[in-house]
Amino acid sequence: MSVELDVFVVNTTIMDEEVYQLWLDGYTVNDAVKVRMEGGVLEGCEASAEVLHSDTMDQYRTFQMCERLLHSPVKLANQLLFQIPPHRQVMLIERYYAFDSVFVREVLGKKLSKGTKKDLDDVSAKTGVTLKSCRRQFDNFKRVFKVVEELKGPLVENIRQHFLLSDKLARDYAAIVFFANNRFETGKKKLHYLTFQDFAFCAGQLISNWTVGALGDYNMVEDMDVDLEKEFLQDLKELKILITDRDLLDQHKSLVCTALRGKTKAFNEMEANFKNLSRGLVNIAAKLTNTKEVRDFFIDLVEKFIEPCRSDKWTAGDMRLYLTHYTNSAHVLDTFKHQVVWDRYMGVIKSCILKMYHD
Amino acid sequence: MPGKLKAKIVAGRHLPVMDRASDLTDAFVEVKFGNTTFKTDVYPKSLNPQWNSEWFKFEVDDEDLQDEPLQITVLDHDTYSANDAIGKVYIDIDPLLSSEAATVISGWFPIYDTIHGIRGEINVLVKVDLFNDLNRFRQSSCGVKFFCTTSIPRCYRAALVHGFVEELVVNEDPEYQWIDRIRTPRASNEARQRLISLMSGELQRKIGLKVLEMGGNAVVGYLQCFDLEGESGLVVRAIGTACTLDKLIPGSASNTNTHPNTAPASNACNSPSKEIKEPVFSEDPTHPLSVPPTPLRTLPSSSSPPPFSPSKLCSRQSSSSDTDLSLTPKMGMGSGISVGKEAGPLKTLLRQQAQSALEQREFPFFTLTCFPPGFLVHIGGVVSARSVKLLDRIHNPDEPETRDAWWEEIRQEIKSHAKALGCHAVVGYSESTTICEEVCILSASGTAAMLNPRFMREGCLDAGGSDQRLSRQPPLGMVGSERAEGEVSSSWLGFDDASPPSCGFCHIPYDEFNMPFPAQLTYCYHCRRQKVPDVLFTTIDLPAEAAVTGKGCLIQARLCRTKKKAQGEVNATAISNLLPFMEYELHTQLMNKLKLRCMNALFGLRIQISVGENMLLGLASATGVYLSALPAPGGIQIAGKTPSDLSYDQHISTMQKRINDTIAMNKELYNIHPPECIEEVVGSPIPDRQRSRLFRSTSESSDELSELDLSHGKKDAFVLEIDDTDAVEDIQSLLTDAPMPAGFYSCNTEVMPGIYNWTSGLQMFTSVRVYRLNNANLTNQGLNKIFTDLCENLLKSLYFKLRSMIPCCLCHLNFTVAVPEEELIQVAVTAVAMSFDKETQLAADKALNKGSGENEEQLQFSMELCGESTSSNNQPTAKPSGLPESAMTHSSSRDRCSTWLELLRLKAHTIRRGSVKTTSSSERCSPLPEVRSRSLRSTRSLPCGAPVTVVKMTPLSFLPRTRIVKYLGIINMFFIRETTSLREEGGVSGFLHSFIAEVFAMVRAHVAALGGNAVVSYSMKECVFMENPNKNQAQCLINVSGDAVIFVRESDQEAIPPLITCGQTSTTGADGTT
Repeated sequence: MSVELDVFVVNTTIMDEEVYQLWLDGYTVNDAVKVRMEGGVLEGCEASAEVLHSDTMDQYRTFQMCERLLHSPVKLANQLLFQIPPHRQVMLIERYYAFDSVFVREVLGKKLSKGTKKDLDDVSAKTGVTLKSCRRQFDNFKRVFKVVEELKGPLVENIRQHFLLSDKLARDYAAIVFFANNRFETGKKKLHYLTFQDFAFCAGQLISNWTVGALGDYNMVEDMDVDLEKEFLQDLKELKILITDRDLLDQHKSLVCTALRGKTKAFNEMEANFKNLSRGLVNIAAKLTNTKEVRDFFIDLVEKFIEPCRSDKWTAGDMRLYLTHYTNSAHVLDTFKHQVVWDRYMGVIKSCILKMYHD
Repeated sequence: MPGKLKAKIVAGRHLPVMDRASDLTDAFVEVKFGNTTFKTDVYPKSLNPQWNSEWFKFEVDDEDLQDEPLQITVLDHDTYSANDAIGKVYIDIDPLLSSEAATVISGWFPIYDTIHGIRGEINVLVKVDLFNDLNRFRQSSCGVKFFCTTSIPRCYRAALVHGFVEELVVNEDPEYQWIDRIRTPRASNEARQRLISLMSGELQRKIGLKVLEMGGNAVVGYLQCFDLEGESGLVVRAIGTACTLDKLIPGSASNTNTHPNTAPASNACNSPSKEIKEPVFSEDPTHPLSVPPTPLRTLPSSSSPPPFSPSKLCSRQSSSSDTDLSLTPKMGMGSGISVGKEAGPLKTLLRQQAQSALEQREFPFFTLTCFPPGFLVHIGGVVSARSVKLLDRIHNPDEPETRDAWWEEIRQEIKSHAKALGCHAVVGYSESTTICEEVCILSASGTAAMLNPRFMREGCLDAGGSDQRLSRQPPLGMVGSERAEGEVSSSWLGFDDASPPSCGFCHIPYDEFNMPFPAQLTYCYHCRRQKVPDVLFTTIDLPAEAAVTGKGCLIQARLCRTKKKAQGEVNATAISNLLPFMEYELHTQLMNKLKLRCMNALFGLRIQISVGENMLLGLASATGVYLSALPAPGGIQIAGKTPSDLSYDQHISTMQKRINDTIAMNKELYNIHPPECIEEVVGSPIPDRQRSRLFRSTSESSDELSELDLSHGKKDAFVLEIDDTDAVEDIQSLLTDAPMPAGFYSCNTEVMPGIYNWTSGLQMFTSVRVYRLNNANLTNQGLNKIFTDLCENLLKSLYFKLRSMIPCCLCHLNFTVAVPEEELIQVAVTAVAMSFDKETQLAADKALNKGSGENEEQLQFSMELCGESTSSNNQPTAKPSGLPESAMTHSSSRDRCSTWLELLRLKAHTIRRGSVKTTSSSERCSPLPEVRSRSLRSTRSLPCGAPVTVVKMTPLSFLPRTRIVKYLGIINMFFIRETTSLREEGGVSGFLHSFIAEVFAMVRAHVAALGGNAVVSYSMKECVFMENPNKNQAQCLINVSGDAVIFVRESDQEAIPPLITCGQTSTTGADGTT
């Protein structure tokens, strides 16, 4: 005897959150049944593995039927096929769009193309995330990217409205879209120590300070939050004077050193490295007009600034102190005329470096 | 031109992409009614078109309005080739034809395609302007209301129950027409869907005409079925109970006036038979007091304000019942049904009287399963008839005559069975068929009963019935009055004393010395006056006023019989020969399982026999209960044939022990603790010694074994002789029924006796399973085992899936079996899981067992749940709703001290419950399972912008903790879905899963468009699934029905009307807690 057909349909669709997670994680039905058995779901119920299998199948089918709707979450609210209580809808969407940080770290900054998708099996092998789950996450990134690409207005808000995501998740997606659009390099070995949240934070800084939308000029331009503002990048070239003008460089150094003296144990290293570090930061700024250099933004920050400091054993406090005085001292330089650009640049750099400065 | 139908196409959304190139669609809509078609403009390049069309007007006969559905077809415009159909919507406009149902249909409907399923939605507005047609020769029956619900609908009262209506319509099945060879399957399926929609419309119209002829205005318990006969045709048939219903309008005083006929008519119906009756009884002064109902009836009905007037309520209820009760002693007459020896002639008289009321009816059948108090006088037992027919022998397949004759035959048989049981009517009546190739088995079953003839006469059933119904949906302030009414009705009906409503229906209607079948009779354990059988099987719901001990449970008997493959007459004969054996075995199984659970009555019994090419399946489901009026069931004893063998003896005694243990366990599980009363009754056919023995054998266990042997020679149903392997199998299967997991209860009736505190958490579900029997040569035993496992596994699966609702009860758990193909068994079930409040339940149980308390219990009803009525009615005798009555009641019932005690107990119990309720009602989202808070939330969010109306569905006739305020019309839908890409759709399970989900969605959408928020009495009457995996194809037909309603939450209800009782409620609560 074999079960040929076995369905269970309810009027108010109930979904077991645990099974939903297993499905999202790409477990096969059999694996999911195993996990559930081990989880002790049968305890207290006089049920067999068969029952569990049937239940898991039913739920998996429901999820599959819902998946189409989850691709455009707004539809989920006014579709008629499934009667799902609103707070359950929220849960379904939020979980569906949630992603593994190990996975996102692998594709962050990569072009969301077919080619990348083809390599997902490698990513899957490397991260331990099932291929099915990798594909879902990748498709989610791509879907969000495609939708917001054509939209005007603020990025995070667009994502939140079109995908009904929580603020936190919408911000993460904004970061992913931003990275994918600018193709920031994140995969180099030196960057491995950085988490997705580090990058997401930096992306947030860049979006709110360096893009067209950052000016508070809500003309609802396309890509206003995705592309860095061209004019600003052009202006950044002017900062080069800080390192090309010898007087200015010395003056800057002495101002910073005066302010730092006696306040940190790493003072000697700071003093010795000042010119190198300053050159590093200003050069990064000057090169940002070149799209290819933009991609190396994070690797440059690490190589040119974070690594030297780390080898000199600066503490996080040292870093904060140094960057604060480094930024502020430039205002006192009377021949330096680019205060606004400098602040806009250093504000982001400072918070990014502080976020990235950890082991 | 008696009607104008108007339709407006507003917009579409989520349409499928029809043009691959642009990823868009150029959609337009065709609106068709009868032969008239209108079209909207093409809305180019959009998946969310806004047509906003003009009003399309159809001027049509009301006959067409009833028969035809409005057909809406959404198409994709194509300049160069034919336009592609996206899908269709059929809208049944019948609900718009009754003034009391919906007035407009407006909403989003899923666009349905037989191949692709739901493809987007369309927003439609439909209205009907109806001109009155007073032509008495008219063919239409607009305005007759139809209800699937098998009881008097909640916001109506039955002024009159006219009786049985049936109709049958035949047509050629499009699938078997010549044209089907050349057209596409899609066209064929659409033709079929359309035809069935038309036929249902026609059928309803014809039934409506019959109802009008009888003078009624509604059909209750409407049951419509399809017989897909194949070559010989497609039959749509329906049965129902014609009634005259009056709508109860809260707060309006027009109630008794709505039917001007009522009062005078009831006077008029002081029929001669009644006149005769009175003197006869008054001569007998020893009889307890009672009242002939009819004269009394007229008094309260004409003098009292309408039942629905919350403000006047208290005064009213007491006045009306006072009238009755004070009259009671004055009249000083004997009752219709009485004690002992007198019972014979009196009964005959009553029967005669009843017969006169029923005799003009060809078939005194009622499809109702739930009745107003006093309606059912006695229950005889289940009557059923089956007949095997050959479809290829129909002379004139296109005409209904042959089928009509078949059914006529069966109904006559049922009628004569009922007569044999001393009954003049059949209640809980239903009909069904099973078809395999050219063989068709027609089945009918019901419960033989004696009815109170007054309910069939003009004006006799005024307040009693409908009010009682209302008590099931306990609106604040109304329930008190209902109780009063219930009280009243039972007293004025004259059965109050002789046969209290709590046990009267159990008393035998047949002559004890001339019994139609062997039965053991004892005096009623409740009133100790009349004879009752040892077990009672019925197809109806448990009467609300019945006295029940403990809780009930679902009992199933399952049977599989192999049959040789054969053709034509040989086959039919083989089947006919098997049927009686199957019925007998199912009966035995039911009986054994009943005993094993220490219960003595079955309600809602439904025996389904399904025929396949090489086997017959039998499935009997019922809800077992322990009726306090019936004797305690004996245990089950096993007797061996060869007592000399020692090991064999041992085997038997271990088995016996297991059985006894199971019985003891079940007693605990179902809370069955009948009072251990000592039998002193005389005249019982069973010797005393033996009966007491039976008693003990259930309560004690193994040490009784030696004594047991003394009696096993008796042919009780509960002595199992192990003389062959069959019996061993029987016992094994008896014991292998898995117990329900903790926290679950199940029944196949409307509600579970013994559970009161339903929460609003409910979950309706449909589950379908198909099993393939792989090994071709199976024995009967093997098949039985498989079939039993299959049902058990399905149940286990349900328990597991619904575990989040614990504590809960699966209600209306009715399985439908079919043998779709050789080696395939299909089981389908639609039921509802309803959770109840454990805390309150416990408190209630406790309070029930204790006894103390104060009064003013009329109030706590207002706070009680639907289960309330069941619970309170368990202690039926007289649940007084106010002090005056309670005083009256007990004074008039002099020899009922036990009842009085119960009454006290009950008061305590209700008060306690009331108090508990207050605390929990103030904070609904308390520590309860998530289901409940979830459902609360879902509805709460409804007004604040959730675009889709939440529509609840339930197979029951009510929703707990709510009040149905309006019936919007019947939902009767038929869908066909097919696929040619079965694998891609997730195999057969994926295919059927999405189809069922789609059917739910379409039902919900139609209900929402009518302005409703729930479907009650929902059922899936047909689910025909066919597959051809080799061709990657599958097809499924589903027919569903139900009543669309608007309900309001009890809490909302409480908030709206300015009720005096509110304040009192809280005080009661406070009192109770002390």
